Amino acid sequence: MTGMTSASGAGGVTAPQPPPLLELRDVRAAYGRITVLHGVNLSVSAGQVVALLGPNGAGKTTSLNVAAGTHPALSGQLMLGGRDLTGANPRDLARAGVCLIPEGRGVFPNLSVRDNLLMMTFTGHSRDEIETIAFERFPILAQRANQPAGSMSGGEQQMLALARGLATDPAVLLLDELSMGLAPLVVARLYEQVAEIASHGVGVLVVEQFAAAVLGIADHAAVLVRGRVEREGAPDELRAELSALYLGSST
Amino acid sequence: MEQFLTFGIVGLSTAAIYAVIGSGLVLTYTTTGVFNFAHGAAGMMAAFAYWQLTEGWGLPVPLALILVLAVLAPGFGLLVERLVLRPVQGMGDAERLVMTVAMLSGLIAISRWVWDPNEARSLPKFFENADSIDIGPATITWHQAITMIVAVVVAIGLRVLLYGTRVGAEMRASVDDRALVGLTGANPVRANKVAWILGTQLAAIGGILIAPAVTLDAAQLSLLIVSAYTAAIFGRLRSLPLTFVGAIVVGCLESYLTGYLPQNQYLPGLRLAAPALLLFLALLVFPHRRLRGRDTKARPVPVPSVRGTLLFAGAIVVFGLVLASLLGEGELITYGQIFSFGVIALSYIPLAGYAGQISLCQLSVAGVGAAVWAHAGGHGELWALALAVVVSAVVGALIALPALRLSGVYLALGTTAFAFILDRWIFTLPSFEIGGLKISLFDGGAVDVAGPSLFGWHLDDGSELMVFAAVWLALASIAVMALRRGRFGRQLIALRDSEAAYATLGGNLLLAKMAVFALSAGIAGLGGALYGMQQRSVSGDQFSFVAGLPLYLVAVVGGLTAVGNGLFTGLALGGSFPVIAAAGTFAQNVTSLMPALAGLGLAKNPDGAVAEVRSGYEAVGRNKPVLGVLGVALAALWALQLQDVLDGWTTFWLALLALVAAQAIAQALEGRQARSAASDVPVEWWGVRRGWRREDEEVLARGIAGG
Repeated sequence: MTGMTSASGAGGVTAPQPPPLLELRDVRAAYGRITVLHGVNLSVSAGQVVALLGPNGAGKTTSLNVAAGTHPALSGQLMLGGRDLTGANPRDLARAGVCLIPEGRGVFPNLSVRDNLLMMTFTGHSRDEIETIAFERFPILAQRANQPAGSMSGGEQQMLALARGLATDPAVLLLDELSMGLAPLVVARLYEQVAEIASHGVGVLVVEQFAAAVLGIADHAAVLVRGRVEREGAPDELRAELSALYLGSST
Repeated sequence: MEQFLTFGIVGLSTAAIYAVIGSGLVLTYTTTGVFNFAHGAAGMMAAFAYWQLTEGWGLPVPLALILVLAVLAPGFGLLVERLVLRPVQGMGDAERLVMTVAMLSGLIAISRWVWDPNEARSLPKFFENADSIDIGPATITWHQAITMIVAVVVAIGLRVLLYGTRVGAEMRASVDDRALVGLTGANPVRANKVAWILGTQLAAIGGILIAPAVTLDAAQLSLLIVSAYTAAIFGRLRSLPLTFVGAIVVGCLESYLTGYLPQNQYLPGLRLAAPALLLFLALLVFPHRRLRGRDTKARPVPVPSVRGTLLFAGAIVVFGLVLASLLGEGELITYGQIFSFGVIALSYIPLAGYAGQISLCQLSVAGVGAAVWAHAGGHGELWALALAVVVSAVVGALIALPALRLSGVYLALGTTAFAFILDRWIFTLPSFEIGGLKISLFDGGAVDVAGPSLFGWHLDDGSELMVFAAVWLALASIAVMALRRGRFGRQLIALRDSEAAYATLGGNLLLAKMAVFALSAGIAGLGGALYGMQQRSVSGDQFSFVAGLPLYLVAVVGGLTAVGNGLFTGLALGGSFPVIAAAGTFAQNVTSLMPALAGLGLAKNPDGAVAEVRSGYEAVGRNKPVLGVLGVALAALWALQLQDVLDGWTTFWLALLALVAAQAIAQALEGRQARSAASDVPVEWWGVRRGWRREDEEVLARGIAGG
C-alpha cells in the first residue's frame, strides 16, 4: 500500500554521526506462525535517546526483546559497537553492556531492595558501588533497603529497576513502557534520570505508548507500524504526524 | 518424668531428621518454584544406596558416606534438573507437579525392582557400640546426638547460603522472574542446578539418618516425607526457622503418641495418620500467600461433539460385549478393571481438567464407594449403588471445604493428607458407631462384595459384570460430555481460568467447588463400587495413596480435558499392563515403572495422548471404505475366536495390527489427496474445494496488506 519502504538506519538527518552503538538490521521476528517484525532497521548512537513509538501490537516490545536477546530474530542482524551479536543469549548481551528494563516492574518482588541491588553485580560491579549510586540517586531506596521490592509503590519499584541502568554502567539502555501505571509527575522525574543517563554517553532506546512523555527528552524518534519502521526523524517533526500514523491512514 | 524425657529425646531426634528433609523441600521450592513430591523418595534411594555400599558390598562407612553424599546425590540432583524439570519449566503447576509425582512413583518402582522388597534389610545406627550420654535422668545415644548436630549445622549453613551470598540471591531471584535473572547477567540454570544438588543432598542425609530407626522399605521411607511436608507447611514453604519449629512439633507429637496413646483397636492408625492430620490442619489454619511463579498458561478445553461422544459410548459398550464374550473367568476379573478404572479416571475430567483442582485422593474416594456398596448392597440392591455414589459425593464435598482455601500445590498436599488419613487410619478401623450411626468400611481387613441385581436378574459372573461396568463407563462419558457442553461446564472452566474473575462476575466459588468435588467424587465412588463387584472382595490397601498415583499419572498423560480419557486410562492400566506383565517378572517390573515414565514424557505432549490418538483416527472416520473394512475385519476376528479357530493371543495381535494398519492406510490416502489438491486451488475456493486451514487467514491478511 505504502510504496515507500523506510530508509535504513542512517535516515535521520538531525542525528549525530558517530558509528551507531546498537543497530538492528533488517530484523524479522515471529510468534509461532505470525510474523510481527517485517524487517526493522533501528540504530542508537552513544549519548542518544531514541524514542520508539507506535500503536498497540506494532512490535515495539518485540524489537526491544530482540535487541536484548530474549526473543529470537528469524533473520537480520544485531550489532553492538560494531560487533555482530546476532543470536547471543540475554546473559551474554547483558555482560556485553545491553541493559533491558522490561515492561511492568523490572524488579524481583520477593527479594529485598538490597538483594535486588545485589543482583545487579553480575555485570562486574561491586556491591558497594551499586548501593552507593542507587541510594544517592534515589534516597527513598535506602529507607526501604530491607523491604521486599514488591511491597513498594509502583514509582519506587520503577526507580529500583532504573537503578540498574544507572549503576551498572551499560553501553545501551533499553526501556520498555517506563510510565505504565504511574502518575505523570513520577514519570517526568524518571525521564529526567533517563536523560541524565544518556548524558554520560549511554545510548538509550525507549519504547513508550505515551509519546508526549518521551518526545521531550528524545533526540530522535521512529514510528513502528505493523512491524515496519514507517517514519523516522526529529521528535518535533513527528509529533504532528503521530495521530495519522497511529490511526493508520497514509499521508 | 523419665519416660517423658526419653520420649522427648526420641521426638527431638526424629524432629531433627524431619527438619533436614523439610528444609531441603523448602530450599528447592523457594529456589526453583517446584514442590518436590519425590523428595522423600530421593532420600529413600540414598538410604538404599548407602545400605548397598556398606552392608551389601562391605565398604567402610566414611567412604560410603562420601560416595553417597558427594557423588551419587549431586549426580542424581543434576540428572533430575536436566531430564525432569527443565522440560516443564514454562508449564503450569499441575504439569510440574505431575513430574515429581511421576518421580515418586518411579523411584518406588525402581527400588523395589533392584532391592527385592521381600528380603529384610536393616542399617546399623552410627556409633551403635559407643556408650550413651547421660543427661539427668535420661540418656541420649550418639546417633541421636549426631542427628541433632547435623540439623543445626544444616540450618545455619542454609541460612547463610540463601540470605548471605550472591548465589543465594540468584537462586531466590530465579523463582521470582527467570527472564529478568538472565537480563541482569546472572545464570538461572546454574541457580537451579545448585538448588537441586543441595536439595538432593539434604534428602540423602535425612534418608541415611532415619533409615536405621525404621525398616528399609521403599514406600514407607518415601512417605515419611509427609511428616516433612507438615514441617515445611509450618514454614509456609519459605521460612527455614518455622520449618524447624514444625519439625519439632511433628517429631514430638509422633513420639508422645507412641508413648502415651491408650492401646485399643481404634487408635494405632491414628498415630500413623497423625502427621497427615496435622498437615491437613496446618494447611487450613496457616494463611498462605499467593502461590509464586508466573507464566502459567491455561490450555483450551475442547468441546466434544454429541454425535462423536454417542458413537464413542456405543463403541465402549460393544467393546465390553466383545471382550466379555471372548475372555475366560480369570481374565474377566483382570480385564474387567478396564471399565471400572475407566470410570474412576473419568472423575478427573470435570475436577482437574475443567475446574483445575488437583486431587490426589480420587482412588481413596473410590474406596469409600466400594465399601458402601459392599455393606449396603450385600444382596445387589440397586439403590445401594445410588447410596455409594451419594456417600462418596458427600465425602467429596467435605474435601471441597478446605479446597476453597487451597489451590495448586497446597490443594495437592491437602488431598494427599486426606488420602493418608483414610488409608492409614479410617480404612483400617473395625466397625464403629458415631451418634447411633453404625459405620463399617473394610472391618479391619477385607470385605466381600456382591454383584448387582437388575429387576430380579442377579449379575454375578465376570462377563455380566464386565458389560455392566462398560455400560456405566459409556453413560459416565456421555454425562461428562453433557457437562462440558452445558452451563455448569463453562462455569467450571471460567473458575479454572480465573477464580477472581469468576467471583466478580457473581459466581459462587464455594458452591461451584463443592459441586464439582461432589460430582467427581460421586463418579469415583461409582467406579470404586464397580471395581469392588469385579474383584468380589476388597480391602483398604487396594485404595491406598500409592496405588492411586499411577491412576493420576496415566489420566494426566491421557489429557485431563478429554472425555475419551476414561477408556484410555482404563485400557492403559487395566488392559495393557496385565497384557505386558503376562510376559514374566521382568515385564512386570517394567509395567510398574510405566506410569512414571509416561508421566515424565508429558512435557513432549502437553495436550494429552487421547487428543493425539483421536486425531490419528479422525482420518479413519472420514474414509468410509477403510472404516468398513476395519469393522468387517474385527467382526471376523471375533467370530473366528468364538468358533475357537484362533486363540486369544492371536486374535489380540491381529486386532491390534488391523487397528494400526487402518490408521496408517487412512492417513496415507488422505495425505496423497491433500498433496494433489493443495497446490492448485485458487484463493477464492479455499474453504470450499479444500478445507479451511488455520494459516489461511494469515496468508490472506498478508496478501491484502501488500506484504
